[in-house]
This record gives sequence, C-alpha cells and structure tokens, in this order.
Amino acid sequence: MLIEWRDGAAAAARDGFIALADDAPLADGDVILSWPRFQAEGEDLIARGRRVGVRLASAESPDVLAPVLDALSLVALEFPKFRDGRAYSGARLLRERMGWRGELRAVGDVLVEQAFLMIRCGFDAFEPADASTPADWTAAAARFAHVYQRAADSRPPAFAEREGV
Amino acid sequence: MYLYDDIDRRMLADRAQEFRAQCARRLAGEINEDQFKPLRLMNGLYLQLHAYMLRIAIPYGTLSADQLRALAHVARTYDKGYGHFTTRTNLQLHWIKLRDAPDILDHLAEVGLHAIQTSGNCIRNLTADPYAGAAGDEVDDSRVWAEVIRQWSTFHPEFSYLPRKFKIAVTASPTDRAATRIYDIGLRLYRDADGELAFEVGVGGGLGRLPYIGAVIRERLPVRHLLSFLQAILRVYNLHGRRDNIHKARIKVLVASLGPDELARQVEAEWEASDKAAADLPHAELARIRAGFMPTGFEALPAVSRRFEAAKADSRALARFARHNLAPHKQPGYTIVHVSLKAIGETPGDCSADQMDLVADLADRYSHGEIRVAYEQNLILPHVKLDDVPDVHAALDAAGLATPNIALISDIIACPGLDYCALANARAIPVAQDIARRFADPDLAEKIGELKIKISGCINACGHHHVGHIGILGVDKKGEEYYQLSLGGSGEGDASIAQILGPAVPAARVAPFIDDLVGVYLAERRDGERFLDTVRRTGLAPFKAAAYADAH
Repeated sequence: MLIEWRDGAAAAARDGFIALADDAPLADGDVILSWPRFQAEGEDLIARGRRVGVRLASAESPDVLAPVLDALSLVALEFPKFRDGRAYSGARLLRERMGWRGELRAVGDVLVEQAFLMIRCGFDAFEPADASTPADWTAAAARFAHVYQRAADSRPPAFAEREGV
Repeated sequence: MYLYDDIDRRMLADRAQEFRAQCARRLAGEINEDQFKPLRLMNGLYLQLHAYMLRIAIPYGTLSADQLRALAHVARTYDKGYGHFTTRTNLQLHWIKLRDAPDILDHLAEVGLHAIQTSGNCIRNLTADPYAGAAGDEVDDSRVWAEVIRQWSTFHPEFSYLPRKFKIAVTASPTDRAATRIYDIGLRLYRDADGELAFEVGVGGGLGRLPYIGAVIRERLPVRHLLSFLQAILRVYNLHGRRDNIHKARIKVLVASLGPDELARQVEAEWEASDKAAADLPHAELARIRAGFMPTGFEALPAVSRRFEAAKADSRALARFARHNLAPHKQPGYTIVHVSLKAIGETPGDCSADQMDLVADLADRYSHGEIRVAYEQNLILPHVKLDDVPDVHAALDAAGLATPNIALISDIIACPGLDYCALANARAIPVAQDIARRFADPDLAEKIGELKIKISGCINACGHHHVGHIGILGVDKKGEEYYQLSLGGSGEGDASIAQILGPAVPAARVAPFIDDLVGVYLAERRDGERFLDTVRRTGLAPFKAAAYADAH
C-alpha cells in the first residue's frame, strides 16, 4: 500500500510507479530505479517520455541527484532498518537545501511509529512495512500538539508560537 | 529556575498519553516485545536483571522541591522506597512494573518531569554545571543554554535515530564541573576579548571501550549560532557516523578516523551551507528562557556569618562538614551545600524517599526551593545562607546525609553494576562499600585529601572509571569477578584518561590494594599535592611496585 500525506492528513493512494530491481527487465510505464541503474538508463527513459524516480540507499548522499533533480518525477529514500536515520537528514537536505518539491517517498522499514518524524523531515509518501493504515498515520502525526524546532514542514516551533501570543 | 509553560507541559502530557497507548497495546498482546522495546526505551524503560528500570531525566541536574517530592512519591508508591542518582544526573528506579509505568509518567508530567530521551540513539539529557547560578566563577548561567538545547533536541525529527546515543554538556566556568571533555559535545562558555559570550566547542569525548578526551573543533562560536552549529555537527554525524558496528558508532570514532581537522572542515562546510536564521533561536526566546533562571530573593548579607563561625567553633563535626561539603557562593553570606549520598557502607547515589522529602523541605526552607544533582552522584542545595548552615547540617546529619566526604576517598562514583544491570560483568556497589568502610575514619580521609575513585561494572564505563584518580573496572574472568585498576585519570578541566596499573585482582583484594596505593601516595607526596598530582609526577612505577609486591 502507498500512503500519501496531503494537507495534514494521510490517504491511501494508487502507486503510479513500478520499483524496478537492478536485475529486473525494464517494465512499461513509470519506474523507480536505483541510483546506479538510473545512471545507466535513466536519462534515456526520460527522453522517451517516461516518468522516472530514483531510489537512494541510506549510504547514498542526495547531493548526487543535484544535476538530474529537475528531470526526476520522484525521489525515494530507503530506511534499511527503522533505526537507520540517515534518510531523515537526506529528506531535509532535499527539501530545504536542494529545493525538491516533488514526491519524496519513504521506503524500506517504514513504520507508523516514525510517522511524526518522517512528515516533519519532508516525506510526503510512504510504503509502510507494518500494515499500518492511513488512519493510523494521520493519528500518529497528530500525537504532539506542539513542536520545538523548525524542520522541513510548515509547523511553527514553540518559540514562534510564544512570540505570537 | 525555568518553569515550564503551557507548551512545555502539553509536550509532556502528549508524550505520556502516547506511551500509555503503547503500553496498553503491549499488555494486550497487540505488539510483541521486539516491537515494544524501542518504544519503551525512548521513555526510559529498560528491562534489567530482575525487573523494569525507569530512568527519569533530571534536565541539567536542576530540580525544584516539588519535583523532588514527586520523585519521592514515585519511589515510595511504585518502587521499593528509594532511587539511584546516576553519573548522568538521572534518577533510576530499579523495581518498576510495566503496568505502572504510564501512571508514573503522568505523575511526573504534572511537575514537569519525564523520561524522554533517557535512552535510545538520540540526544540525551543535558548536563550543566551543578553550581550554575551560584558559582562565583561563572560567566553565565549554563542552564540557560542547556534549556535551549533541551527544547531544541526534544523529539528532534532529524536526530532521533542517530548512529548511537549522543550526550551534550555545558559549562560556563573555567572550572569544569560538568565533565564536558568526556562528552560527545562539550560546550565551554567564556567571554572573548571583546567581552562577548562565545563557546569553545569540543567534540568526540567519551568513555566506554574507546576512551577519548574531546577535540576542540571551534575555538570561538558566537552564542547566537549555537543551534545552527549543533545542527551541523549532528547532521555530519548522522550521515557519516558508523552504523555497522555498535562499538564504533559514537561520534568519537568518527572524530578519530577523520581527524579533528577534517571533521571540523565538514562541520564548517555544512554550517556555511545551512540556513542559520531558520535554525538559530530568536533573541526574544533566548531572553524568555534566560528570565526563567534569573536569581531572585538574595538578601544583602555580610560575607562572614557570626552565627556560623560560632557554631563551627563549638562543633568539630560542623567544622569538618564546612571544610568538605561547602563551596563558595557568588552572593556574600551564602554558600553551596553538598548533600552526600555517600554515607559509609551505603550504596553510592542511592537516596530513600524519606531522604528526598527531607532535602526537598530543606530546599524550600533554606535554598530558594532548588536542588541540584551532581554527576558525582550527590545532591546540592545551591543557595543556603551561611547563617542557616548549622540548621541544615543538623537536619542532614539526622538523616544520614551529612557525611563530610565530598571529593574525598569515600566519595566514590559507582554504577549499579551486576546487582542490577544486565550489561555488567561484575558488581560495583559492594566494592565501593568495602573501600568506604576501610577509609571510614574521617581524620584519615581528610589527611589523604582529594581522591576520586570511580567504579564501573563493565566496559561501558557508566561509573567513569577512565577518569578516576583511581579507576576500577569490573571484568569477568572465567565466571569470577575481577577488578582492573588504573591511575591518573581526570574528568575535569585537566582531563586525562587513567592508565592501567597491572593485572586485575579479585574483589576481596581491591580495598587492601587501594590501601597500598594510598600508602605510596602519602610517602611520596610533596607539599599540597593531590593524589592525582603525585601520580602525574611520579608515574605509575612506585604504585605498581607497592601494590604488586606480593606477586613477586
């Protein structure tokens, strides 16, 4: 299942992309490729009118995407284990420094317990690994009425709320 | 001290509510222990040898009297009537039932306490100078900055799943009472040549398997950029710290492998590229937090109290207490009083619920309602009038809390060790008790002077043995508890890692061994030298020769 985050709520979404393994034959339609496979085939596919996304492993820096970002239709960041938090930094860099506005998808060991963190770091699409539902994600994201720091979302931090009073 | 506002309180209430739901799912069998473990750990709940242990955060070691009473209530109601103050200035309760944990967190939240980020690979509870706001030598109140970092690091979306746990300490005094050099980040506040407040930023200190003193990666950080600079350090660490080996995942290993210069370069590059204005705290918010720590209610008093001087002349016990358990206060007529949790033969750092209540009452009556927890596992009443010291001493003494041994040989740091902890190889508490009993004579202890013994029951070094003047590490030798001694460590401004003295010895030989080492010191020392100074001057050889004489 694919869950999308839009306007403060999670909703089930149809996945328009096929995630291709590196050794899988090329499929029709829109595809998500690993960074190595994208480097070999990606620009050619884009030139033929396909929508293409890149899936980065947690050790791969989003910086590598800078030259091709404008041509991408999706970026997926992998959580090989939920405890591997590199993708949180990757997501913020993509959103806040590299200006990525397209879909940013969390893939791998994606659990609803981390919904709050992922959304704050700029992810807006999720492939949950724990059978959680959109309702679970909406509830988990709303567990905290306040936040203390700025991140990639638009939530005002506590200090801004305090100044507003 | 800073009082939590509606937003701070709501954060704690939301967290307690979240954990109640998670516990309910676990107790109903909806999630298994594997899935529950990371959730409970993020609320300080460990499964230990005999029961659950709850580690309650005491942010930067500052407690109000009401908070200490709440801890007493929790210890009495849900545990065995006592708690253990740790070297991280947390309070551990070692006999907790899972079904009680949500009620405990609710109760704590009512007084602004919690167990948030006392475990897990996140930014842990902050450490500051336990004398903050009272010390004459500080350039600022280090708790202001610790509270700034506490808020920033709480539920940080980017830094909650770091390669490993992450600890930050702040001091604002040339005398480092927060052990900042053994922290992942040690922040040392000073005034620069222009009179501006700035931080010296140290990174990569730590104990455990690979002990390191932190390296300075920035000599002068303007204070307004604290949070953006911390973000840069944490981001570099989050992206590049090792995740393949739990023993090499702390930032100290990254610093050691890159070298401090290269790490500094990467941090500076990340910092330059970042939106500092978005990350740094606005001035108005800093001013709001600072106002929470403004001193209040000091009276104009003479620097010398006639009442106190007369009482000391009448009582050797009070005079001795005054020599060892008081520290100078910046306000004339006031003093900083140490409450020793190192009574001879007791467990270092343990405090009964009744003792907590008593200290809370004394704080209300004599110390502006404030208590501090020192990483040496003692409590502190930071703002006591000299006039009141005789009364405070009498009350503490009646409760077994006035042992006049601060920084002396029986003021031993010890982790819970194998008596409680699932990670330990050996017991730490009985070894500490043995040594304390051997040096119970206060005249002898006073003659020996400052001597910091630190005991860890395993290589994780919760008892800071690497930075003990005498460090003691429990090891397992074919199922038997042995203890490896090292000498010459310090966790303070003159930080150094202790050197191993020789082969480990069985438990019964540790205290006699310490006796031998003290004998060498007393024979070798020159005018005014502390044990540590003598070790540094002579090296280990004379100590080794005496201590292992029987072996030859």
